[in-house]
Amino acid sequence: MFSLLRSMWITFLHGFHKRDTIQYPEEKVKLTTRWRGRIVLTRDPDMGERCVGCYLCAAACPVDCISLQATEDENGRRYPEFFRINFSRCIFCGFCEEACPTTAIQLIPDFEMGEYNRQNLVYEKKDLLIDGQGKYPGYNYYKVAGVATGVKGKGEGDQERPPVDTKSLIP
Amino acid sequence: MATIYIDNVPYEVTAGKNLLEACLTLGFDLPYFCWHPAMGSIGACRQCAVKVYRDENDKTGKLFMSCMEQVRDNLHISIADMEAKEFRAHVIGWLMTNHPHDCAVCDEGGSCHLQDMTVMTGHNYRQYRFDKKTYVNQYLGPFLNHEMNRCIQCYRCVRYYKDYAGGKDLDVFAAHNHLYFGRHEDGVLESEFSGNLAEVCPTGVFTDKTLKQHYTRKWDLTTAPSVCHHCSLGCNIVAGERYGSLRNITNRYNGEVNGYFLCDRGRFGYEYVNSLSRIRKSLIRTQLPEATDKYKALQAAASAIKAGRVIGIGSPRASVESNFVLRTLVGENNFHHGVSDVEHDLAELALRILRTGAARTPSLKEVEKADAVFILGEDLTNTAPMLALAVRQSVRQQPLLEQVSKANIPVWQDAAVRALVQTEKGPLFIAASTNTKLDELATATFFDSPDAIARLGFAVAHFIHEESPNVNGLTEQEEALAQQIAMTLLAAENPLIISGTFSGSDRVLRASANIANALCAKEKAAGLVLTLPECNSMGLAMLGGHKLESAFEAVLNGYADTIVILENDLYRRAGTERVKQLFAAAKQVVVLDHLHHATTEQAHILLAAGAFAEADGTLVNNEGRAQRFYQVYPTTEDIQESWRWLFEIGTIVAHDQIIQWESFEDLQKAMAKEIPPLQGVLATAPPADFRMAGQKIPRAPHRFSGRTAMLANINVSEPKPPEDPDNPMTYTMEGYRGQPPSSMIPFFWAPGWNSAQATNKYQQEVGGPLRGGDPGVRLIEPDPIPEEIFSMAVPQNFQPLPDHLFILPLYHIFGSEELSAKSPAVAERIPKPYVAINSDDALRLKLEEGQSLSFSIEGIAYELPVKLNSTIPSGTAGLPIGLPAIAYTELPAWAILNKQIQWKQQHQTTF
Repeated sequence: MFSLLRSMWITFLHGFHKRDTIQYPEEKVKLTTRWRGRIVLTRDPDMGERCVGCYLCAAACPVDCISLQATEDENGRRYPEFFRINFSRCIFCGFCEEACPTTAIQLIPDFEMGEYNRQNLVYEKKDLLIDGQGKYPGYNYYKVAGVATGVKGKGEGDQERPPVDTKSLIP
Repeated sequence: MATIYIDNVPYEVTAGKNLLEACLTLGFDLPYFCWHPAMGSIGACRQCAVKVYRDENDKTGKLFMSCMEQVRDNLHISIADMEAKEFRAHVIGWLMTNHPHDCAVCDEGGSCHLQDMTVMTGHNYRQYRFDKKTYVNQYLGPFLNHEMNRCIQCYRCVRYYKDYAGGKDLDVFAAHNHLYFGRHEDGVLESEFSGNLAEVCPTGVFTDKTLKQHYTRKWDLTTAPSVCHHCSLGCNIVAGERYGSLRNITNRYNGEVNGYFLCDRGRFGYEYVNSLSRIRKSLIRTQLPEATDKYKALQAAASAIKAGRVIGIGSPRASVESNFVLRTLVGENNFHHGVSDVEHDLAELALRILRTGAARTPSLKEVEKADAVFILGEDLTNTAPMLALAVRQSVRQQPLLEQVSKANIPVWQDAAVRALVQTEKGPLFIAASTNTKLDELATATFFDSPDAIARLGFAVAHFIHEESPNVNGLTEQEEALAQQIAMTLLAAENPLIISGTFSGSDRVLRASANIANALCAKEKAAGLVLTLPECNSMGLAMLGGHKLESAFEAVLNGYADTIVILENDLYRRAGTERVKQLFAAAKQVVVLDHLHHATTEQAHILLAAGAFAEADGTLVNNEGRAQRFYQVYPTTEDIQESWRWLFEIGTIVAHDQIIQWESFEDLQKAMAKEIPPLQGVLATAPPADFRMAGQKIPRAPHRFSGRTAMLANINVSEPKPPEDPDNPMTYTMEGYRGQPPSSMIPFFWAPGWNSAQATNKYQQEVGGPLRGGDPGVRLIEPDPIPEEIFSMAVPQNFQPLPDHLFILPLYHIFGSEELSAKSPAVAERIPKPYVAINSDDALRLKLEEGQSLSFSIEGIAYELPVKLNSTIPSGTAGLPIGLPAIAYTELPAWAILNKQIQWKQQHQTTF
């Protein structure tokens, strides 16, 4: 009997608490920057595509919902020919972001992706690529990689010595 | 056998091997770089260190490089010892100080030995804070990409390229920490085996440039075991597909056939499968392409066959199954070989020699072990490339047997062995029409016309065995050479005779058979290798059938009016005029092929056949080894295997035999029953209902990605995975995870071993046969009671004719083979058309290098730039055969020189 009354009393007191429910969509949800929502592809500081088509995101994806094809421009810079995410399968685990060596793929705090037609949940590169660096500004993979791809010449990257002169005898 | 103790546990291992091989064979994961099972140890990379103890009481031990240490009985070692482990991790750490941050854009990533070894040793953070060394890359041709920054200086590339494959133009330059592995200047790598660098290099310095055009990681490829279709040797390959296109070819280890290596034609000749000239849809001449579908085409073909008097023309580049169904459909008497009559006769002769002769035909592995080789009339590097590579190893055999075993050095001690042997070579004799790439290894060479080569061969046979016919009128020099060859062959343990069909002369074949039979009569374990024109020439010869000429006769004389042509371009098999007549006379032409060419242009009904990666089938190589190749990826409904088209046509026309078959296996069984020599085909692969632990074998590795996205652009609901009724493999990653039977290994992978080096885990013993035996079934064994009849057909010596040139065929590894020549990378390497003539003849004809020579063969006029050649015999000329720009004619043949044009070319002086 007592416990019954106590439960009713506690429930009554909840009526004076601050509301957890928000009036969505009139009122927007506050999300932290590391919230794992919609996936985007970002660009490096000089606005080149960050994605180098290494396939690590696709390999890491537990539901195999990422598919892409790498290709190269005339300088040998690699980029995805197509990049497709099937969001109807995506579980927003963020493994792709963790796997990405170039910080190209990022999960952003946005979940408003509902569609009436499931086919519309298939995002292609044009739907994914944004004109910005996203959460990790300043990183340019091709500056630290060894390959010369038009971004820099051989030996001109960060932490690189000029190319070896094979004809030199100096130690 | 010896007992060794690894971390105090006793193991039985083969004595005489090195410790690294022993540990890997036992299944231990021990990292290594510079060692390679085919190339031995040099102890350069210091990566495979283990602790070796003096005896069981020794607790301190010393670090040893396991690849340099021979297995001894009662040896105590430790792999898990902390000091050894730290040492190995440090070595990787040092190698990584300059290794670039490239994995994401490196084509080796995911199948990289360096990645695997780094993970294996546990090194994960770079501690070196300073700048990285960089290098400028080189252009190395259409096959390989060069990225020197990634080099870890293990020397494997130069050891493979120079020491193993005999290349001259790749080396190591500069000194100390500036080592540079490349060419002396930018340029195309000359070796025909350069593609193996992509697999030999433990990291991404040399990578497959054709794969780069459509890059896919190893884990994303759907792969299936296949067999190379570009020459008669039948090297085993793994073909990989992604998004419906063929992406790359890698080596599939077969201890008996190709071992660890492939030639560049086999590795890079695959791209024709993706080419724009593929036939992707069946066509009927009288209907619009849009109005035609598979069933309409089938109906049309069936009614054509039902109505007409049909002949079938088979193909040496189609599987035995496809040829057999055609043979069944049109009837045995109406089945013709789609090869030139010379090739037809030579292939049949080769088969007869191997069947009735006393000599066994060895596998490529056994060729490497031969200690005296005599090549008659073959330019192996261009006609059977991997055989040339095997011969290169065989010249090392005699010094290995004599000097190295005496000096008590194990053969895997590569640096010591090479230092001891120096340039010493075993006997190799080459008789060919012109110089070949193997000449540099030869004890003696002999350049002359095929008849003269045959005469030399007959003379050798006579010197070995007096019952073999004598040759009259040899010069003193020739006699001395024949004597020398005969003596050398008799002195050898495993003498080997190599000949083949490429000289276009049956006498050369007969001469080589005589030598082999003579050696066998002298109780020598002689081997006889005969090369054949194409990948399934042997299978076609075993099936039996009429000549192409009789097909022409039948149609032109009105005995037949409907032709079914299987995967064949007749314009490459007979003279253009003749083929035109054939097509003009035929009422209905049904062509099954995968590429558009001149013959498909003539088809009334064109059926889209699957290329090798889209078909199941069996090929019989020059050794008589039947090998199964598997479909790599599912095709659209419009493309299917040739045998399935013919099978379905047979069902529609209610052919009494074909209608009883239900599956691929029924077809194979019917074939084995009808042609008993092909019985072995049934044993080449497990049946379609074969299961391991109740499961099929997956074609895709377990990390295969993108399954729910790759087709989502077409429809977000994933389709049911396609099924394969012909074999026990799935197209997906689902299935048995362990090691499949050796004949159906779709990819080499083991936990911790993602690169091609995982092959170690599939072998009974490192470098030995695959578990369960190497795949393939030999269909030809020598006659136990050989007829031992020597051929008496000694030819007369070649006599030049005035105003004529005897045109000999010359082959090119890139260009002479039909399919690979249509792959862009190989096409870049095809030589320009030319005609090679003797320098003296050129002087006589007043021709200089590059000037054009006009001649006609059988009414076909040629005008080609001259290439001077000092070795080709006077009175003959060499014409590259099969090149896309040179019209087909049957060679060897006499050519009439066109005088008029020559006169015009002469320098004119005006006063």
